[in-house]
Amino acid sequence: MSTETIVIVGGGQAGGWAAQTLRTEGFKGRIVLIGDEPHRPYERPPLSKAILSGEAHADTAYLHKAEAFSALEVDWRPNVTASAIDTKTKALWLANGESVGYDKLILCTGGRARRLGIPGADLPGVYTLRSLRDAATLGDAMVADKRLLVIGGGWIGLEVAATARKKGLDVTVVEAMSRLCERTVPAEISTYLQRLHTAHGVRIELGAGVERLTASGSGLRATLNDGREIGCDLVLVGVGLIANDELARAAGLACDGGISVDAQCRSSDPDILAAGDVAVWQNEWAGRRMRLESWQNAQEQGIAAARSALGIDVNHQPLPWFWSDQFDVNLQIFGMPTPKHKIVVRGDADSNAFVMFFIDGEHVVAALGPNSARDLRFARRLIERRTHVNPALLADTQVPLAKL
Amino acid sequence: MSDSQWTDAAPLDEVPADDVIGMIVDGRDIALYNVEGEIYATDNLCTHGHARLCEGFLEGHEIECPLHQGKFDVRNGAPTCAPVTEAIRSYPVKIEAGRVFLSLG
Repeated sequence: MSTETIVIVGGGQAGGWAAQTLRTEGFKGRIVLIGDEPHRPYERPPLSKAILSGEAHADTAYLHKAEAFSALEVDWRPNVTASAIDTKTKALWLANGESVGYDKLILCTGGRARRLGIPGADLPGVYTLRSLRDAATLGDAMVADKRLLVIGGGWIGLEVAATARKKGLDVTVVEAMSRLCERTVPAEISTYLQRLHTAHGVRIELGAGVERLTASGSGLRATLNDGREIGCDLVLVGVGLIANDELARAAGLACDGGISVDAQCRSSDPDILAAGDVAVWQNEWAGRRMRLESWQNAQEQGIAAARSALGIDVNHQPLPWFWSDQFDVNLQIFGMPTPKHKIVVRGDADSNAFVMFFIDGEHVVAALGPNSARDLRFARRLIERRTHVNPALLADTQVPLAKL
Repeated sequence: MSDSQWTDAAPLDEVPADDVIGMIVDGRDIALYNVEGEIYATDNLCTHGHARLCEGFLEGHEIECPLHQGKFDVRNGAPTCAPVTEAIRSYPVKIEAGRVFLSLG
């Protein structure tokens, strides 16, 4: 049977790249792209940085210029959610009552910002950040000299804290764990980030949970679980993401904290694929099943799912790559560092530019560092090629990484 | 094409073997590439994140942007790898008397 209609649910980065890739691979059939936002597909990294600060216009985040998007000849349905999948008749129902038949369905439904289950979490002045609209709303509220409380010392929280400091706000970050970005970086980097933020005037409270938020005069008051109170004018909640897998679950697809797929991006239904923040798969670099919430994965898995839908053999296992921009620091991470790896540092870990290698046996399996994009690019090559390395040479800044 | 359309960009030996350099030619930010002795020229700014390609990585005929690892074919400027969707401009090159000339048109 030939594939004539491919429906993509989710008009974010994964969905946008899926649509683009179908055309790049020569698919001449109909592509329907369902998105619940008014925007054509865009990249989310600038939302906590240049767009939030007002330095960049929303247009700069779009994957395609308007003409290039038109040239894809996609039947784009903005501002509508998908409400149900009928896997027997291969039809997708939309919230506006319409239905669309599909030969292949690619679910790129992403996720939504987790909200706090505490009293006062819905008060005016409490924000989350996921969409262009969120960025515009929060950006408007971020006025110099206002007091911002960031709940959650992860990537979103820290990037917003940095942007807010640049805009002249007074910023406090509270994090429930004992260190920043605890899930993704080793303790040395948590300390580095803490030092960076403290040096820029951000107050950091670790091991501090917020018990409730209350309105207080024209602002808000956060009560911590040790009884302390923090007064603020606005609150950004950055406590993680919930996968939008309800559509898939209701259709009976296998889900496990997200839509379960294989390395070909196929779900438990042979005609339904998934990609991006919502997809759970066996990540060989991590050695476990997981979702990977990253710009790179949204792009690469969107591409892989589109190719897979066309019958091309794919194996979605790119070396995970993540970066964050905070103040004058660009921190990049390749691979999945874990405590079991031996750490080798190249350069001075107390400085503003160094590389930390994570060694398993004779191989580098991960590398990270601030302001070291060029060295990390070579590190990526060492990791991907599984080059045997001598840790002493890695640490020697006199030996160019290109030579290893 | 008359000679007057060719702009002297750089001495040939300033473009390192199998690498890329950036330079301003007639007010334009240009990347010059040397792939196995063959010289190519494109605009230097990536069409995605506006990083300078001369700080990127040249592998074969592909230049990889240092910011988000998009790639272009240095021979014609065509995008070859996500996230770039838009080509960069490439320029005709000629080598004369040990110098690189570009037709910036």
